[in-house]
Amino acid sequence: MPLITYREAIKQALDEELARDENVCIMGEEVAEYNGAYKVTEGLWEKWGDKRLIDTPISEAAFSGMAIGASALGVRPVIEMMFMSFSYVAIDQLFNNASFCRYMSGGLMNIPIVVRGPANGGTNVGATHSHTPENMVANHPGLKVVCPSNAYDVKGLMKTAIRDNDPVFVMENTLLYGEKWEVPEEEYTIELGVANILKEGTDLTIVSHGRCAMLSLAAAKTLEEKHGISVEVVDLRSIRPLDEETIINSVKKTNRAVLVEENKPFCGVDAQISHLIQYRAFDYLDAPIHRVSAIDAPQVYAKELENWQIPNEERIIAAVLKCLS
Amino acid sequence: MEAPVNKKLSAEEKIELYRTIVGIRRFEERSLRAYNQGKIGGFLHLYIGQEAVASGIVSLMEENDHIITAYRDHGHALAVGMSMNECMAEMYGKHTGCSKGKGGSMHFFAPDKHFWGGHGIVAGQTPLGAGLAFALKYKGLKGCAMCFLGDGAVNQGSFMETLNLVSLWNIPVVFVIENNGYSMGTSLKRSSAGENLAHRADGFDMGWEVCEGHDVFEVREVANRAMTRAREEHKPFLLEVRTYRYRGHSVADANHEKYRTKEEIEDYKKNKDPINVIKNQLLADGTLTEEQAKKIDQEKKDEAEASSKFADESPVAPREEIQTDVYWEVDNDTEGKLKGTYFFNDV
Repeated sequence: MPLITYREAIKQALDEELARDENVCIMGEEVAEYNGAYKVTEGLWEKWGDKRLIDTPISEAAFSGMAIGASALGVRPVIEMMFMSFSYVAIDQLFNNASFCRYMSGGLMNIPIVVRGPANGGTNVGATHSHTPENMVANHPGLKVVCPSNAYDVKGLMKTAIRDNDPVFVMENTLLYGEKWEVPEEEYTIELGVANILKEGTDLTIVSHGRCAMLSLAAAKTLEEKHGISVEVVDLRSIRPLDEETIINSVKKTNRAVLVEENKPFCGVDAQISHLIQYRAFDYLDAPIHRVSAIDAPQVYAKELENWQIPNEERIIAAVLKCLS
Repeated sequence: MEAPVNKKLSAEEKIELYRTIVGIRRFEERSLRAYNQGKIGGFLHLYIGQEAVASGIVSLMEENDHIITAYRDHGHALAVGMSMNECMAEMYGKHTGCSKGKGGSMHFFAPDKHFWGGHGIVAGQTPLGAGLAFALKYKGLKGCAMCFLGDGAVNQGSFMETLNLVSLWNIPVVFVIENNGYSMGTSLKRSSAGENLAHRADGFDMGWEVCEGHDVFEVREVANRAMTRAREEHKPFLLEVRTYRYRGHSVADANHEKYRTKEEIEDYKKNKDPINVIKNQLLADGTLTEEQAKKIDQEKKDEAEASSKFADESPVAPREEIQTDVYWEVDNDTEGKLKGTYFFNDV
C-alpha cells in the first residue's frame, strides 16, 4: 500500500468526490489560486476550474451562510476554514442555521455541507488560532463531527461526510498534514459513528480522538515496553454520532479508563464520555476515570509551555500509571 | 398602475392581490387575539401595515425564483400560498403546523413553494438568500432569490459581508429592506448612519432603489426591474421599501407608543393603509365593487377564524417527535446503515 500524507489523503478524497458528483464544490479562503493555505487543495483549481474551486474573501459568516443556502437547493459545498478558530466569526450561520434549519422546518430543509479545516493547538500561534471546537459542534443536535487521527481515516471519513445529507464538520490537524500512513489505492469509505481500536490491551482503556489518539498509541507502546502494562487504545474517529458500544465493551474488559483529548477539560468531549462510562459500566470500574486534556487556560504562545499545555506522551503515561496505582 | 408589469394584470389577478393583502391582515388580527388569549406562545411579530410589500413581490415570482425572510414572516408565508391552517397551527405549537410545531411564529417554511423561512436572528438569513441564488447560477437555472430583511439588519456584519460577495460574484439575489422605521424600539435616525439605507449598495458597486411600500403596484413596478435584471444578467440589487408597522416590534413590545407618537401611527393608517390604498385603486378603475370587497373581507375573516379553530382542535405532536427532523440520515434510515449514537439522553 502506498504511504501518503494526511494532506494528500484529504486532497484525494476531495478530488474523487469532485469527480463523482458535479454538485460538489469547494469554497474557502485561498483554496483555489493560492492552492490552499496549508496546500490541502493544491492542484485542484488547475484541474477543476473556477466553478468547482471557489476562492472567497475573508468573510466566514457570508460564505458559510451562502454554502448553507446553496445546499438547500442541492449544491454540496465543502467549505474550508483556514483554521477552525475562524469558524467562530460564523457561529450564527453554523450553529443556528446549519444545525437548526432542518428541525425548525419540520424536516423540510436539508443542509448537505461539509465544514473542514484544522482544529488544533501545538503550533505556537497563541490563543486565537488554536481552538478545538469539536465539543461545541457536538453540543448542537443537527450537526455531526469527526476527528480523523490518520491519513487512512481522514480520506474515508471525508468521502462519507461529503455524501452525507446533514452538515458534517471534519476536524483536521496541521501537525498531522505532513505525516504519512498507508492508504489503499482502491476506493473506500468509513462510516460515521464507528470507532477504531488502534491497539488491543487488557489492563486499561485509553479513549481518545484526533492527533491525541496517535499520542495515546505511542504512550501505550512505551507503557508496554517499559512498564509491562497492556493498554487498549480506542480512537473515536467520530464524536457525533458516537460509537458508545466500542467504548463500553473495552472498559468492561479492562475495568479502567483514561480519556485523552486536546479540548480544554470543562465540558470537553471527554466529560460526556466519562459520564457515559460511569452510567453504563459503573460496576466494572476498578478506579476513577482519569482525564488528560489541554491544561485549562487560554492557549499559551510560548512553544515550550504550549507543548506541555496540550497532551503529550509524558502526561498520558503519568495519568495511566496514576489510574493503575 | 401604468407600468407594463401592472397594466398586463387581469382583473382577477388584481383582485387576487387584494385578497392576499386582506388575508394577511385578517389572519394576523386573529393571531393577535389568540396570543392575547394565551393560545400562542413566544413572540408574535406582526406584519400589519406592511402587507403590500410581500404580496407585491411574491406576485412577481417565476418558476425558478426563491424567497427567504426574517422572523416577521407571516405575510410572506401566506403570500406564497401557505394555508392559514398550517400557519396558525404552527403558532399554536401543534403537530398540524407547517413545521409540526417545531419552529413557531418566526420559523415558517415551505420549500415546495420555494419559501425557505422564517429566520429568527437579525440578518442571519441574508447569506442564505445569497446561497439560494448562488445555487441557481451554479445549476444554470434562470431565476432569482428574493431575500427580505428589516431596517435593523443592515447594521449586521453578515449582511455587509454578503453584499460584497454577491456583487463580487454576480449572484442573482434581490435584497429587500422592509424599512418600517424602527429596529425594535430604536428609530432609524438613532441606529443607522446615512440618508437612506439602500445607498450603502454604492460601496459594493451594486444597484439600488428606494420606493414606497404601501402601494402594491408601486412595489411591483420597482421590484420587477430588480428581479428581471437579476434573472437576465445575474446582477444583485438592493431595494429599500419604505413601510410601516402599526403594532410593536412584537406583541410583547408594549412601549411602541413611547418611541413614536400616536399621531404618526394614525397618520399612516389614515393615508397609507395598504388595504385602503389598493381597495380605492380597484374601486376607481372598476375592477372591484364595494360589495365584492366586503365579501372578500368576510371570507378572509372566516378563513382566519376557521384556522384558529383548526389549530385549537389539532393535537400537539407526540413526544417522540422531539427527536425527529434533527438528522436526515436518522429519519431516512431505510437500510439500517446508521452506526453509533446520535442522541445522548440517559433515560
